[in-house]
This record gives sequence, structure tokens and C-alpha cells, in this order.
Amino acid sequence: MKRIGVFVCHCGLNIAETVDVKKVTDVINKFPGVVHVVDYTYMCSDPGQEMIKNAIKDKKLDGVIIAACTPTLHETTFRNAIASAGLNPYQFENANIREQCSWVHKDKKVATEKAIEIIKSMIEKLKLNQSLTPIRIPITKKALVIGGGISGMQAALDMANSGFEVILVEKTSSIGGRMSQLSETFPTLDCASCILTPKTVEVGYHPNIRLLTYSEVDKVEGYLGNFKVRIKRKPAFVNWDKCTGCGLCSEKCPTKVPSEFERDMGDRKAIYIPFPQAVPKKPVIDSQHCIYFKTGKCRLCEKHCPTGAIDYEQHETFMEENVGVIIVATGYDLLSKENIGEYGYGKYKDVIDGLQFERLLSASGPTAGEIKRPSDGKIPKEIVFVQCVGSRDPEHGMPYCSKICCMYTAKHALLYKHAVHEGQAYVFYIDIRSGGKGYEEFVQRAIEDEKIAYLRGKVSRIFKDDREEGKLIVWGVDTLTGKKIEIAADMVVLAMAAIPNTGVKELAKKLKISTDAYGFINEAHPKLRPVETLTAGIFLTGCAQSPKDIPETVAQASGAAARAMTILSKPELEVNPIIAAVDEEICTGCGICVEACAYDARKLNEIKKIAEVNEALCVGCGACISACPSNASIHKNFTKEQILRMIEEVI
Amino acid sequence: MELCYYPGCTLKTTATNFEKPAIASIETLGHKMIELPRWNCCGTVHSLATDDLMHHLAPVRTLIRVLETGKDKVVTLCAMCYNTLKQTNKIILEDAEKRDRINNFLDEEKDYNGNVTVLHLLEFLRDEIGFNEIKNKIKRPLKSLKLAPYYGCLLLRPEGIGIDDIEAPTIMEDFIKSLSGEAIESPFKIECCGSYHTVNNIEPVVERTKMIIDASINRGAEAIVVGCPLCFFNLDYRQKDVKTQYKEFNYIPIFYFTQLLAIALGLDEDICDFGKHFVDPRPLLTNKNLVFGEKKIE
Repeated sequence: MKRIGVFVCHCGLNIAETVDVKKVTDVINKFPGVVHVVDYTYMCSDPGQEMIKNAIKDKKLDGVIIAACTPTLHETTFRNAIASAGLNPYQFENANIREQCSWVHKDKKVATEKAIEIIKSMIEKLKLNQSLTPIRIPITKKALVIGGGISGMQAALDMANSGFEVILVEKTSSIGGRMSQLSETFPTLDCASCILTPKTVEVGYHPNIRLLTYSEVDKVEGYLGNFKVRIKRKPAFVNWDKCTGCGLCSEKCPTKVPSEFERDMGDRKAIYIPFPQAVPKKPVIDSQHCIYFKTGKCRLCEKHCPTGAIDYEQHETFMEENVGVIIVATGYDLLSKENIGEYGYGKYKDVIDGLQFERLLSASGPTAGEIKRPSDGKIPKEIVFVQCVGSRDPEHGMPYCSKICCMYTAKHALLYKHAVHEGQAYVFYIDIRSGGKGYEEFVQRAIEDEKIAYLRGKVSRIFKDDREEGKLIVWGVDTLTGKKIEIAADMVVLAMAAIPNTGVKELAKKLKISTDAYGFINEAHPKLRPVETLTAGIFLTGCAQSPKDIPETVAQASGAAARAMTILSKPELEVNPIIAAVDEEICTGCGICVEACAYDARKLNEIKKIAEVNEALCVGCGACISACPSNASIHKNFTKEQILRMIEEVI
Repeated sequence: MELCYYPGCTLKTTATNFEKPAIASIETLGHKMIELPRWNCCGTVHSLATDDLMHHLAPVRTLIRVLETGKDKVVTLCAMCYNTLKQTNKIILEDAEKRDRINNFLDEEKDYNGNVTVLHLLEFLRDEIGFNEIKNKIKRPLKSLKLAPYYGCLLLRPEGIGIDDIEAPTIMEDFIKSLSGEAIESPFKIECCGSYHTVNNIEPVVERTKMIIDASINRGAEAIVVGCPLCFFNLDYRQKDVKTQYKEFNYIPIFYFTQLLAIALGLDEDICDFGKHFVDPRPLLTNKNLVFGEKKIE
């Protein structure tokens, strides 16, 4: 029989106040198999741990019960202590007499009895525990980053600069993401592209980064440390190896279409490089609008290309890559104006969204930085900014705060005043949320120095004026004075809700990671694991998780990279061995466990005709154990016999 | 098709000019509106207080009457009736506790489980007859008649009850187009008409009527189209009070949509009861060559 030692923790008064610890030790002392019982104020403290280690050596213990808090807190602490005393760390059980006992009871007598029962049942389990060793799996020392915005770039650079190979996949033809569309950044008014381009260039030339733009993740298989990814490369219809990026093709192309990069504020050609500083600076042909693809004639770009790079025959290709970790940095989009009926469902040309206004402000934008309204190119003299359009609005399905709008609206209004001195800017807001270094000062500067009229209230309706051509009537309310407000505006800028980028739902399915009710990717723990997903080896950063501004995004990207590198830097991975196993003698190979497994950890061995467990994928959920009709599925250290004996002891 | 029709009080008194052209037009279109043999008040304003179930009894009774005729659909004309019947029906469908309390209270009636579909006639025209079909059947296109639809609140709100998009409805515009009329869009088409303030405090009603009418006239409307007797009253009769306060105010005729349908279908003008209007629409119709009387067409 095992020589078991039981250590009962007081947890200060957390346990000792409701559980009579002395009585517990007295009773447990007489329990068969128990050779040593001791109690102490804090078992997790250094002296507490020393007490355990010494007892293992002195009393020659081969099983340890620690009755304390929940195993989610200190199981690892105690396992390490036990291992350092030379005992197998799986010859240990953590009896929870705090969360499941002292914290939920008031009656000391009842709680004491319950604590004893809990400890006894854990002793019964421990008696049948086997010594386990952690499972070791090899790691592919390469990372995949999905999304080439500031978040993905930062994560890629951090890992690449630490010496790891990185594949950066971006669905558009160039990197830079939303930040490349911005004019200036709050609160310092740094030019966005000036601070961004050094990063895009570094990514473009980094020896450790393989940049795959105009590509998408098509399929993901495998597991932590060993993902197998299929990447779809969309046809650019231009041989990028030959192309020098001279831009002659775009110049000669006769077809103009609204530019996605300019958010429809300007045009692009059918063969185009989205913006001058694009990395890589290579064009793609938009086959939906290209005259050649539509009619079979034109080929002007081909005629003028000095290097013969145009290739109309190019088609979609696929490539397979093995990576150890994946970082998801898919970013955000703005809710379309077409969803907001009260502001005209997007039918008024001079009602634009925040990113469109960024393009109007941008020196490299369609108006070269002059604020000209889209309908007739006039400079607006009365401009209204509306915050929280769609956000913080359960009626529109987005009760969350989009976080960046208060600050960028203040920036917009301020930049507007810098450009149009005689103009009047109004901002409708619900609250101003300007938490951040220098943020509140920035907003105050906009309100006080720039005389921007901040009106606390919502806008109920925007419509065309019937008295004056080209004016938009904005109806709102100032809740501080209780007055109804009517403004005849020349232009309205809506701070639309930030929503997950298109395609994130499908991607999340491929990666087997979960999204929240709004489509943002879920983190493993909102406080303590904010850069990981629940799928081991897949990390997240930036607005893919929730709306956030640039500094926060960059910090999170570095955090995700650092967490990813804790995996990449190890020679191999240690995985918790308390998982499923198969009794090969009993297994009939029926395959029910394969269907029951949600983690793809079960496979049929066609030769042996039995089921197998992929130890790297198994999370120890137990689904296959309850599904197995022949009791061939075993949960290591949670065998049916152990559980039955635990129950027997309690009842 | 025989339609079960619930009129409500107004349609039998002040709004015969809404009901009569409706019944005649639907018949011309090949269906029949059959009035519920026994009906009571719709309950008027739908009560929003969660513990006020008493106000839902009247609509529930009416819906039980509908089932007794063997039908599972009821059509209304009055926007208020439509709203109260449909909102109460929704409560019965979605709130089992309230449903049971109401059923227990109405112990002499059969239990009601929300099986009746409440329709407004505009919905019936759109979804069951189809505006295209109406377009094919009209004899007198309302060409060159510039009509501003006015929805008010009860046809649209709250979400899930209304007959069309809450912020940017188009059902009336589509209806007007099916009669070959020109639909004039005004942002005020979904603003409140002042509602029951008209009973004891006409001031806000006068202001709103003026605002709604001015905005329509400024956009080129020659008449306004409504689907609610209360909106009709506030927009038509209250023009008198607007005029006393604002001398420069211009009158504009108000139509029920059913009147326009009757005219477009070539029915007799008398059926429209234009004598009930404060602002007589007949001069406009004569002007546009749309009333028949002596000079009957065909």
C-alpha cells in the first residue's frame, strides 16, 4: 500500500474559519494508508512547500494529498515541489476544500465533515494513481502570421528579429492595413504613413520574413507545434518577379473604378497598385473590371509593360507550409453606412464614414489633403461629426464600444479646423472616452482651443434640406440643455462601429477558434491570457480580438509574438499526460470515439484495427471515454475504478 | 379570396371615406372584405406597462372572433387597430405567462394561442395581390399626380410590428408608383403627427402639421397620402388651425391610400366621400383630369 501524506492548508482564515482543521487532521490521521498528516497556515508559501518536500524524504511518502484551494491555482506549484523532492508529480492530488467547501458554507460542523469527505475521496483516487511522464512533441520552428496590418507586421518583426522564420499572409496585394489609410494619428498628430512605412519596408526586406500578399489561408490541419497550412495565392495576372513596379500599366489602363483603398473617395485603374508606398509595390489586375477579361480585347497594359510582366493566363495556386504557431491579426472594418436608416442608408454622398474622412485628410489621398466634399468638391463650412454610430447601440446589434472613435473624431474635428479656419465643427457624443496617455489633453485641446462644439446627445435623423440646395439637415439633441438641435450641415462624418473584417468567421472555422457574438475572436482568458486563443498554438492580436488603437495594438502584437516564442524557443513541447489512452486488448476498433472527439485526436489504426490517441491533440476532455461501448477508452489517472472508489468513499 | 376584415370604430364613423373605397377597390381586384360579424373596440393605444394585461383583453377577444369565422388572417385599415391587434398577438405568442393569465381571465372564451395573422390592407396589396398586379388592373393612371406618402408611427413602429423598414419605408411609394403616380419623398414622412394631443392641446399638432405639410409642398407634393385616420384628421382638419396662425400657409389635400386606389381603378368618385375632407381634393383631381362625375371616361 502507498504511504500517503496529507497536508491541510488553513489559507489564513479562508479555510480555517469555516473548517475545523485540527479535527480534519485527527480524522484523516486514522484513515488507512495515511502515514503523515500536518496542517499549516499557507501550504503554497515557501515554508509550506519545504514542509512537503521534507516529509516526502523523511517519511518516505509515495503519495501526497494537499487539501487547499482549487487546482487551477496551485496545482503546478505543488507538482513542482513534489517533483523536486524526487517523487513523481502525478502521485499527488489537490483536494479542493476552499472553493468547493469553506467558501460556500457557513456551518463549521457541516463544512468540516465535507472537507473530510473530500480529502478521503481524493485519497482513494490517489491510491490508484500511476506515475506519469509528460508527453514530448517536436516543434516546427516557424510562425504563420495572418494579416499584414500594423498588428501582424509588429508580431512578424518581433519574431523575425528574434531569429525565427515567419510567413506573413495578407489577403490584399500590399501590407500596411488600416493604418496605411490613416492621415495622422492621435494624440501626437504624427503622419501615419511616415511612422508606418519604415515598418512595411522592414517587413518587405527582412531575411526571416516570407511575405505572401494577395494570399489567403485556405486550410489548416495539425496541432500546436505542428500545423500544416495550405495557402491560396490569388492570381495577380502580373509576373511579380519580372515587374519593376514602374506603374506604366496603371497609367495606360483605360478603366477607372472606385478605389477600395480610398474607400470610394477616389478612383483606381483596373490594373493597380493600391497606394504609392505599397509594399510590395506590384500591381494586380482586377479581372472583374478589366476590359480584356470582360471582352477579350484591350491588352494595353501588356503592350506598354517594359518587362513583359503581364500574364493573363495566371491562375490560382496553392502552397503548403508547416508552422509551429499561428498568430491571427485580421483587423477590423467599419460597419457600412447602409445599415443606418436614420442617417439615410448611405444614400447621401456627403455623409461619409471616419475612414473616408481619413482619405480626404490624407496628403496622398484623392483630394491631396484638401477637405472637399464628395458631391460637388466644395469645402464644407459646417461639418457635423457623429460618434457611436452603430456602436453602443443594441438596436443596431452592437452594444459594445468601438473604443477608437472618441479619439479619432476629436482628431478629425481638430484637423478640419486646422484646414478650414472659418469653418464650424460640431461633435455629437454620448460620452467621451479618452483614457490613454495624452488623450484627455488632446480632446480638451480640441474643445477649448479649436472651439469645436461638443454636443452631448445623439443624432436622430439626417436628411436633405428642402430650402437650400446641398445642405444636410442634422437633427439631434443636446441632453445637457435639453434642447433640440437642428444643424444645416455641408458634410457629416459618421464614426461607424468597428466590426471584424470580412472573412474572419470562415477563417475562425478553419483554425477551429471561437468568435464572440459579434464575430471578434475570443481570447483564452479575458485577463490572464489575452493574446492566446483557446486552441493551443494559435494566438491573436489587434482588432481581430476587439477594437483598439495603434499603441494598444502594437503592444498586444509584441505580447502575442512573445507568447508564441515561448513555444518556438523550446526544443520540444511538454504536454500534460492526464489524457485519454486505449486498452489495446479490449478495443474493437468500432470508431465511435473518433466521432466523439472534438479535437481530431482520435484515429483508427487500419493495420491494428484499433483506435489510437494523438497525444499532442488530446485535451483530456473525456468525451471518448464516455462514448466507448467496451470500456477500452481510459482516462489516465481518472479511470472508472478510481472514480467509483471516490464515489463509494463519499456516500 | 374572402378576407376577414376588422373595421374598428373610426372606420364606421368619421373615416367612411377610408373604408368605402377600400371595400369597393378590393372587390374590383377580385377579393371580398367581409366584416367580422361581432367585433369590439381594438383597445386603442397599446399599453406598454408590463403588468397591465387588462388593456390586451379587447384585442384578444377580437382575435378569438376571427378564429370563430374559420379564418386565420384578419385585415385592418386603421393603423391604430393594426398596431394594437398585432402587438397583443405578439405578446400572446411570445409570453406564455401573460397568455395564460389572459386566457384564464377570459374563462368564457376559448383559449387563444396567437394563431391569427394580423395584416394591414397595404400589406395585403403588396404581398397577396402584388403591386404589379394592381398596375395591370388600373384604368385611370394617376399620371402627373405628385403624392407625398406620410406613414406616421403606428404602421411602422415598433420594430417587428411595422409593415416596412422602420427608418426608410417604401411600401407607400411603391403603392403610389403602381398607380402610376409620382412619389415625393419627404424626410418627415415618419415623424409623429402629434397624435392624441389634438384632443386637448392642439398647439404641438398645429406645429407638426405645418412642418410635415411645408416639407412636402417644398419638395413638390400636390397631395399627401395616409393610412391612419388619426394622421388624416391631424393633417387635414388641423390645416384650418395652421392657417389661422400662419397666414402664408398653403392648403394641401390629404388622401387615404384607398381613395387613390379607387380612383385609379376607375370607380365612382362618390365612393370616396370627398365631402368629408376639410381640404377638398376634388379641384386637384379635376385639374388632373382624374374625377369622372359627368365626364365619365370609357
